[in-house]
This record gives sequence, structure tokens and C-alpha cells, in this order.
Amino acid sequence: MAFLEVKDYRKKFGENEVLKGISFSLEKGEVLAIIGSSGGGKTTLLRCLNFLEIPDEGTLTLNGETLFDASEKKQNTESQIREKRLHFGLVFQQFNLFPQYTVFRNITLAQALLAGQAFAQKKREFAAARRAAPKEKRRALKAEHRRILAEIRENQKRGIAEKTDALLERVGLADKKNAYPYELSGGQQQRVAIARALALSPDILCFDEPTSALDPELTGEVLKVIKGLKSSDSTMIVVTHEMEFAKNVADRVIFIADGRIEEEGTPAEVFGDPKSEKTAAFLRKSLEELF
Amino acid sequence: MFWQISLELLQGFGVTCLIFAATLLFALPLGLVLSFGSMSRFKPLKYVVKVFVWIIRGTPLMLQILVVYYGPALIFHWGFLDRIVAVVVAFVINYACYFSEIYRGGIESISKGQYEAGQVLGMTRSQIFFRVVLLQVVKRIVPPMSNEVITLVKDTSLARIIVVEEILKVAYDFTVTGLIWPLFYTAVYYLVFVGLLTLLFGWLEKKLQYFKV
Repeated sequence: MAFLEVKDYRKKFGENEVLKGISFSLEKGEVLAIIGSSGGGKTTLLRCLNFLEIPDEGTLTLNGETLFDASEKKQNTESQIREKRLHFGLVFQQFNLFPQYTVFRNITLAQALLAGQAFAQKKREFAAARRAAPKEKRRALKAEHRRILAEIRENQKRGIAEKTDALLERVGLADKKNAYPYELSGGQQQRVAIARALALSPDILCFDEPTSALDPELTGEVLKVIKGLKSSDSTMIVVTHEMEFAKNVADRVIFIADGRIEEEGTPAEVFGDPKSEKTAAFLRKSLEELF
Repeated sequence: MFWQISLELLQGFGVTCLIFAATLLFALPLGLVLSFGSMSRFKPLKYVVKVFVWIIRGTPLMLQILVVYYGPALIFHWGFLDRIVAVVVAFVINYACYFSEIYRGGIESISKGQYEAGQVLGMTRSQIFFRVVLLQVVKRIVPPMSNEVITLVKDTSLARIIVVEEILKVAYDFTVTGLIWPLFYTAVYYLVFVGLLTLLFGWLEKKLQYFKV
């Protein structure tokens, strides 16, 4: 069984059916490029994978476990969806960094919030343990618990800081740690966004046209970072208009048109010898745009 | 004579400040609640709030003060509220409605991407609102808020319609005895107060200049 299996995803907005039954699978460490003309459903598919939209029908299996089943409405409450989201990361076309925070804080915020929740949970457990303990032992327990909690907090803080420094190193922005988003170029902002998405160690990292909002001379640095992630064994799904990038970096390519998968295969198959007339036409057109 | 009158005006100004402070204290949070109501996905609530805001913004504050003060007694034959309480209630309702519209504009101006970025990072709705959106909203609404707050300083003079002894009422009472100048002298109090507020808002705007929305 593949690492990720998406079966028969369907999504309607009002009367407009945007996804008309999308099924595909992906192995761990693979890079999947999704191409297709705008309005075809690429971005909607990506948003469904990240549960920013909830598919009307379909199932998603990750690592052998059914993570999402559209027919199981009870298992799709807001807090459950939130947990499911953590399996996926998403890098947006418009970066969407938090403007009021430094680069460092942008990357650490979500981790710190999660760590805070874990900490509060532990604190509640300790309090319950103290209430259950005999009265004369409570004071000693309290001191002990306080010490452990301080240690946990310390470890959390150090862990997050170390991880964030490593991530900044990886996207080549160690020197911008304390900068605010508006002080950075588009390419730098997008690299921070990539580090932010990686900070929660998602199983699969998704990119929604990560270079489309960038000036042409800045796309290279972002694509280079994404390429670098590939060599570190990240599983990635990239919606892109950069055909060269899809050709060179992706292990597999899916061409989506009109809410359906029109063609899928290795880059050599899809780009070299497209079976569908629609795919061939799309590729011809995107080549023409280049020149 | 001059100091005597200054002191009496100052007492009136104390009442003015009391109305001002109490109004802000309650109207700022109430406005946020109303703005959530007017943006609610639950349609009936949304329209009830919108109609309420329309009525309050569409009628004179002076009329609202009269309704709050005389209404309960005339309609239900209840006792009268304390005058200053009635004034504060009317002001809080009135200003909460104006504030709610400012909040709503500020909240709706934040891009959807900010919410979505929080969502894909596993944040809860309240975490997204308080950790991501709120400060950006505050930065955006400081200028319109400073306008409203400065207007409030001068609107407090409407309280004299139900004989609350705020500064303008005190000064006006002197005119009956033939003393005109205290009435114009009140401008000094207002100007000093508004001047301080202007400085405060300027400082706040500067404080929030460290990032760009």
C-alpha cells in the first residue's frame, strides 16, 4: 500500500463541480508535480488535502491509516480536522507570513502553541495525581512536579529554538532571524514560509504555485530550496506552472483538466509522450508562452 | 473668582471624564461582541444585530439618552435610573454600535490567507484570532478609533439634557447669573483633554509602526 492514497475526491461549490473524482497515490519520499491550466481544480485539490476545504466525497489514507472519510461526518468535527491538518504542510502562493512577528517567531509560533497545549495537559495530570495522593505527601509532590514542569518547559523552548535555527540554516536565512516579513524580498519571504511549514514536521508538504507571485529573478532561490528538500527525503506535492521544474525535480506528474486527472506518469512519460490530446495541447501552449 | 470658577468647572469636568471613561470601558468590548454578531454565519442573529446598529446609528444620541432615562418609567412605570447611569447606558450602547462597525471593517480587511496560514499550522480559531489577526486589526483601526474617541469627549456634553452636571452644564448655569465667559472657558478643558488623547493615539500608531500590514 502506498504512503498516501487519495480515492475519488469530489468537491462542489454550489452547482459547480470542481473535483470530479480524483484518485492518486504517492510513495514516501516522492515528489509529485500537479500541472494543468488555471480553473482546472489543482488548487482545490491541494486545499482539500490540507482540509482547508472538506471534500464532499472520497477517502484519504496515510501510512495505512484512514485519515479522512467524507462519509464519516462524525469524525470530521472542527477539532478533529485540525489534528488531521497537522499531517500536511502548505506553502501558499502569497506566502501569508504573519506580518507582526519576526522570521523566528513566524516559524516558532505554531510549535510554541502546540508545546503549550502539551504542557497544560501535563500540568493537569500532575494536579490530578496530587489530589489522589495522601495529604502529607502533597507538598513534596508539588515541589517535585514544579521541578519537572520547569524542566519540560526548558526542554521545549530549547528544542524549538534549535530546530528553528536548523531550519533557517536550511533555507539559507540564518542571518534574517530577527527581521520582519516586510523587510524581506518575496523570495526570502517564501523561504521563511517553507521553513514555517517544515517546523511542524508534516508527513507531506504541499506547495501551491510557490513561485507564481515572485519576480522571475527570485524564483530560482525558492525552487533551489524545494529541490534541496527532495534530497532530504521529504514527501512533497507541488502545484506548479514551472514545467522545467516539474520535469527535473518531480518523480511523478499529474495533469489535471476540468476536475479530472487527464494524465499521470513519470515526467518522461507525461512530457515526452503524452497520451491524451488535452495534455499535449496544454504542454504545447505552455511551451509557446515560454518563447 | 477665576480660581473659584475654574475649580467648579473642574468638578464638572470630572463628571465629563467619568462618562468618557465608563463609556470606553464598556463600549470597547461590547462593540467587539456586536461586530461578531454582525459577521455571524447564523443569519437571524446577523440581521437582528444589523437592524439594531441601524437604529442606534440612525437616531440622535440625545434622543437615546431621553429614552433610556424616561422610557422605563413612562412605559413600564418603573423607577427612574440614576441620571449618570442612564447617560452611561445610552452612551455605551451608542458607541458600541459605532465601534462594532469599525471593528468589522478592520477584521474583514485582514486577508483570508492569514486565517488559512493559521489553520494549516493546526491553530484553533481563537488562537488564530488572538495570536494572528488581532494585532493587525488593532493597527488598522487606530486612526478611525481615535476619531470616534475624540468625538466622544465632546458628545459627553449631551448629558446635560437630563441635568447631569457635566462641565458644559456647570458653565451654562453661570450664564443664568450673568456670567458668560465660563462657557467659553470650557473649551480650554476640552482642548487639553483632546490634546492628550491625540498624543496618546500618535504614540500608539508609532508603537505599531514596527510592522506593515
